[in-house]
Amino acid sequence: MQDWEIVIGLEIHTQLKTKSKIFSGASTDFGAAPNTQACAIDLGFPGVLPTVNTRVYEKAVAFGLGIGATINLTSVFDRKNYFYPDSPKGYQITQLETPIVVGGSVDVVLKDGSVKTIQVTRAHLEEDAGKSMHEDYHGQTGIDLNRAGTPLLEIVSEPDMRSAEEAVAYARYIHQLVTYLGVSDGDMSQGSLRCDANVSIRPMGTEALGTRTETKNVNSFRFLERAINYEVERQIAVLESGGRIRQETRLYDSDKDETRPMRSKETATDYRYFPEPDLLPVHITQDYIDAVRQQMPELPAAKIQRFVRDYALNEADAQVLASTVALADYFETVARVGGDGKLAANWVRVELLGQMNRESLTPSAESLGAISLSANALGMLLARIKDGTISGKIAKTVFAALWHGEATDPDTYIATQGLTQVSNSDELAPIVDGVIANNPQQAAQYREGKTKLMGFFVGQVMQQTAGKANPQQVSELVQQRLLD
Amino acid sequence: MSDLHHKTISQLLRDLDNKAFSSVELTAHYLDRIERLDPAINSYITVLREPALARAAAMDVARQKGTHPPLAGIPIAHKDIICTQGVRTSAGSRMLDNFIAPYNATLVEQLNDAGVVTLGKTNMDEFAMGSSNENSYYGPVNNPWRADRVPGGSSGGSAASLAAGLCTAATGTDTGGSIRQPAAFCGITGLKPTYGRVSRWGVIAYASSLDQAGPMAQTAEDAAHLLQAMAGFDHRDSTSINQPVPDYLAQINGSIKGLKIGICTEYFDAGLDDDIRTAVMAAAKTLESMGAILSEVSLPNTQHAIPAYYVIAPAECSSNLSRYDGVRFGYRCADPESIEDLYKRSRSEGFGREVKSRIMVGTFALSAGYYEAYYRKAQQIRRLISRDFSQAFDQVDYILGPTTPSTAFKLGEKVDDQVAMYLQDIYTIAVNLAGLPAISIPAGQSQGLPIGLQLIGRHLDEGGLLKVAHNFQQASDWHAQRPDDGQ
Repeated sequence: MQDWEIVIGLEIHTQLKTKSKIFSGASTDFGAAPNTQACAIDLGFPGVLPTVNTRVYEKAVAFGLGIGATINLTSVFDRKNYFYPDSPKGYQITQLETPIVVGGSVDVVLKDGSVKTIQVTRAHLEEDAGKSMHEDYHGQTGIDLNRAGTPLLEIVSEPDMRSAEEAVAYARYIHQLVTYLGVSDGDMSQGSLRCDANVSIRPMGTEALGTRTETKNVNSFRFLERAINYEVERQIAVLESGGRIRQETRLYDSDKDETRPMRSKETATDYRYFPEPDLLPVHITQDYIDAVRQQMPELPAAKIQRFVRDYALNEADAQVLASTVALADYFETVARVGGDGKLAANWVRVELLGQMNRESLTPSAESLGAISLSANALGMLLARIKDGTISGKIAKTVFAALWHGEATDPDTYIATQGLTQVSNSDELAPIVDGVIANNPQQAAQYREGKTKLMGFFVGQVMQQTAGKANPQQVSELVQQRLLD
Repeated sequence: MSDLHHKTISQLLRDLDNKAFSSVELTAHYLDRIERLDPAINSYITVLREPALARAAAMDVARQKGTHPPLAGIPIAHKDIICTQGVRTSAGSRMLDNFIAPYNATLVEQLNDAGVVTLGKTNMDEFAMGSSNENSYYGPVNNPWRADRVPGGSSGGSAASLAAGLCTAATGTDTGGSIRQPAAFCGITGLKPTYGRVSRWGVIAYASSLDQAGPMAQTAEDAAHLLQAMAGFDHRDSTSINQPVPDYLAQINGSIKGLKIGICTEYFDAGLDDDIRTAVMAAAKTLESMGAILSEVSLPNTQHAIPAYYVIAPAECSSNLSRYDGVRFGYRCADPESIEDLYKRSRSEGFGREVKSRIMVGTFALSAGYYEAYYRKAQQIRRLISRDFSQAFDQVDYILGPTTPSTAFKLGEKVDDQVAMYLQDIYTIAVNLAGLPAISIPAGQSQGLPIGLQLIGRHLDEGGLLKVAHNFQQASDWHAQRPDDGQ
């Protein structure tokens, strides 16, 4: 048996977060009735002309800066010619020879903690096609052109990845980056991020690349991993049985968990690219790039480092809390209002994310905006733990009430429910005395040195006060009473 | 009233102001002439009788109130490649015989804002591909000067309708000479503006980097009236020029004294008809007598213009015409068996021979392995041609020459000789490759057929071209000659 090296390059199509399309004023909203968001330009009517939605430059430049790429001050749109019913003009406007973003790289952290650098070849602007629907039309094909003209940034990597794990880590990083930068909403269920995986294998230790296949339109990280693994196994099986890999486009079928050759989209593969004569070359200035840079949010890596430094968090906690901008912002509000970074990190990670996870919510801006428990309220709750108003145990009760929307203000809830911790010695002393009096055997044992029984006495007092007694205060009183 | 159709726009505007007649009367006069005379000429594809009369009535009311725009009530025609809302816009093709444009071209909006009445849509070579108007799904157009002659193309319907007195002025488009060559053949004035001066929005594309719409009129002054309305920046056309529009009507009355006019030596080659040579040189002398300074200039890459054009224009057209696939609009073949069958038969049946020929040439020129040898090389030639012009314009203000190598040729004469047909554009095509403005004006006759003189100007100097042309028309009457229609 031979050892094979896996070689993977990814082309990631990310849908840019703009209100209108790249070359027309039609809306990019998802889910509208077929062909209600396609104007004459999207339909490729006679006499219409494209004009570029300049917001797409801003997004592409931000992405380029985010991966340390070169921004081309002049980039050129080209036409890629092919006939297909969901390509209304008979060509796609894209960028072939002079894309807006060239080069750059990203560092991804693998499961074993090692860091891998993946080079990005280029990223270019282009328009999406419409959708052909082959079901439900009795041998005919339905065409929905709502998606036609949706702006895309196609991010092409070098063939730098050596396993499905690396490919998924890279794709996740790109997803996190475009979401962070507001370049894309990153909603993969709506097709906002789609991966084409170029996969080949070669005998370990050799240089020449094997023949690759391209598995198209994989729209989840889980499917990406499975599709690559399937394709690798398939290629190994073909080569080891003496066969040859055909260079082809394949489709991943998640129901069957397999890839298979795609029905050819075009009969000819000659796209006859040439510069789009309806659009002038795009010129951007260094000032424009600088302005975009000024407005860029903190990038994930910088945020993680800052969390470790400023809040004394460990790397793993920081990574979780920085996974989305919304969660990071939520955490920082909790830390600020609560006055304790570590306590905030603990509560956000364990209690908040635990609760969200149980309800199948991801820490996106949408879900964090929709939950009843605001970052401010959680911060106030933690402040009450810190100042001794309530115990951590009581805080969990308050958390539940806030989560379920039974309360919005922790202080009000604590007050109305009478949850304030009892720290007053005058109030606690008679209770402590009563507990000691009712448990003479344990009291004697304690006095003989069995100090572990402190927990028993504190527990008894807590029981009698419904958890409201300050445990610190109680243990001091118990000690005082028993040893004096 | 019988000679209304001999009046220029400038004269008509004065008469309308003086209430000599109404726009309704004027429009009805033209509609009646179209009805009587156009069956023999075939210059219109669509006549808009009722809408035109209603529009004329509205403009009469506006004029009475004194709130009328500058061209209120002037009846014009649009080339049928220019989209007119709610009206069939066929591009002279079976492919779009059923296409009702859902929007107006920007230039139509601008002319409507200026108050014009639209009489109808004029005949043309299919998708503006041709030099004789013989490539129209709606049949050829006869030259009003002599019925057995072509009117030129591709804006042959606009030129013929003007010459026949079937409109006061018309719009045309010019990709390689399609305004100027029919203007020369029909004895009228045709201006191709600087690329980007008039918006291409709503003008059905043939070759996007070359197409430019412009006015066709009885005089340079009338052309200035139309251009004043048509020119200007349009945010819907990325290639339109964002520069202010000068007052062309004010500019045309300036003197040409001291202007340097270069006679292009390459345009007086062996292929040029002797009568045209003589007429154009005589016209140059007239301009000299008015104070212009004549000299010779050279455009050494002229011979490369046609080969470069016939790579670039078909390449762009092969892509631009891909949208006509029978799926969303336009002609669809009967009972398609598959998507490939739908494409093949819709396009085979919907397009005419010349269009299919250019799509095939363009597809070949862009295909893998040939792109460098053809398309890239043609773009290099294009830059050389532009450089020729900019060097010539270091020496002179305008370049003068013939518009065409011959006068209007016979119908059918060049149908089977594609190269001979393409050579028709030898003097006009380089101007499109360089994106410059140029005008063709009547400058003589040969055996009863009009001769066209071409003047080429610097980038955005439409005003200067109109001024030289207007000055010449003050000193000559070729532009006032009309074929005898017996009416």
